[in-house]
Amino acid sequence: MELKVSNLGCRRGELRVLAGVCFTAGSGTALILRGPNGSGKTTLLRTLAGLAPPDEGVVDVPPDSIAYAGHSDGIKAQLTVAENLRFWADVFGHDSIEDALDMFGLRPLADRQAQHLSAGQKRRLGLSRLLVTGRSIWLLDEPTVSLDTDSVAIFGRMVGGHLEQGGIAILATHIDLGLDGAETLDISRFRATGDDHANPFLDEGFADWGDA
Amino acid sequence: MIALMKRDLQLALRSGGGFGLSLAFFLIVVMFVPFGVGPESGVLARIAPGILWIGALLSCLLSLDRIFQLDYEDGSLDLLTTAPLPMEGIVAMKALAHWLTTGLPLTLAAPVLGFLLSLPSQGYLWIFLSLAVGTPALSFLGTFGAAITVGLKRGGLLLSLLVLPLYIPTLIFGAQSVTLVVEGQSNTSAFLILAAISLFTFALIPFAAARALRVNLR
Repeated sequence: MELKVSNLGCRRGELRVLAGVCFTAGSGTALILRGPNGSGKTTLLRTLAGLAPPDEGVVDVPPDSIAYAGHSDGIKAQLTVAENLRFWADVFGHDSIEDALDMFGLRPLADRQAQHLSAGQKRRLGLSRLLVTGRSIWLLDEPTVSLDTDSVAIFGRMVGGHLEQGGIAILATHIDLGLDGAETLDISRFRATGDDHANPFLDEGFADWGDA
Repeated sequence: MIALMKRDLQLALRSGGGFGLSLAFFLIVVMFVPFGVGPESGVLARIAPGILWIGALLSCLLSLDRIFQLDYEDGSLDLLTTAPLPMEGIVAMKALAHWLTTGLPLTLAAPVLGFLLSLPSQGYLWIFLSLAVGTPALSFLGTFGAAITVGLKRGGLLLSLLVLPLYIPTLIFGAQSVTLVVEGQSNTSAFLILAAISLFTFALIPFAAARALRVNLR
């Protein structure tokens, strides 16, 4: 199991954000993405998840191995906590939601409709979803937002357990999760430079308008 | 995929899901017609198939923007894309769920409303059959429109503008397959073309809509 990225370029809309990203993450490693706001952490994660096609370069991952958790948790407000988890377990062909309910102490909330959860509880539900995916590469975008310190600690243990089982985690976060042997990748050094525009189609046509 | 269908139906039936909204709208549109054109049964009987079809079409339009927009807003669509389901399958399930919660109730209600419009008796079976065969095409075409406009603010209006022209063939052959029977002629060809349009949309729309969704999620 290995996630290998070579010379990857990413776009957000028309804008080139990252270029020349190279790294390799093997089994049991956590890679923490660092960089100021707008440096392309989310864009990189979305590209790795296959939600956006790479601008250039290659993302080499085993098929069906990625679980992505973005800013939104994908929770349906009208369904209960258990129903939400059950749905994702069914989609990913996972039998049991019991472990996922226990991990973040969601069992007392299992029958509550998700619209009555607090922001932190929703995030906990969103993160427990990772456990029912059965996927080995976790891509986590700001996973600890709105979590309290206890939940952050639980989350740290959950990621730690995942790594021990040979999983891979790539996280965009500014919080220290206490993960052993986590590597840090500062993505601001991959910032794309020069020509920002995706489509040179009309640019040339308007190039000499400045002189006229 | 069954899970996705189950969830969509569950969401539609829970409060705020919008189930029944289309049906109520259909009811109101059809009931307004006699107020507008007068109660003469001769006039009503002649326009009944067309009114029922236009009513069904507009009611169907009402819930189209919910197909993908809600999943897009709460992030489920991103997560579904990374799930082991083919995008085409997701689209087909969503369209089917839309039909089950919109097209099917409309189809069942239409013969009853036909009575209000004094539809001649030989038309009841065919208004039911033509809607049963034609409304799935409306759901599938609408799903394609919803996939194109997902992520746009106030995309619902644009969606209607995009989708309505695509509905024209379904409307023509759907209404014709009832009108012809009422006038005592054979409707075989109109009905078969209607069925062909539906089958055509089942075959192509999942691929087209999946493509549009992938572009919109970038």
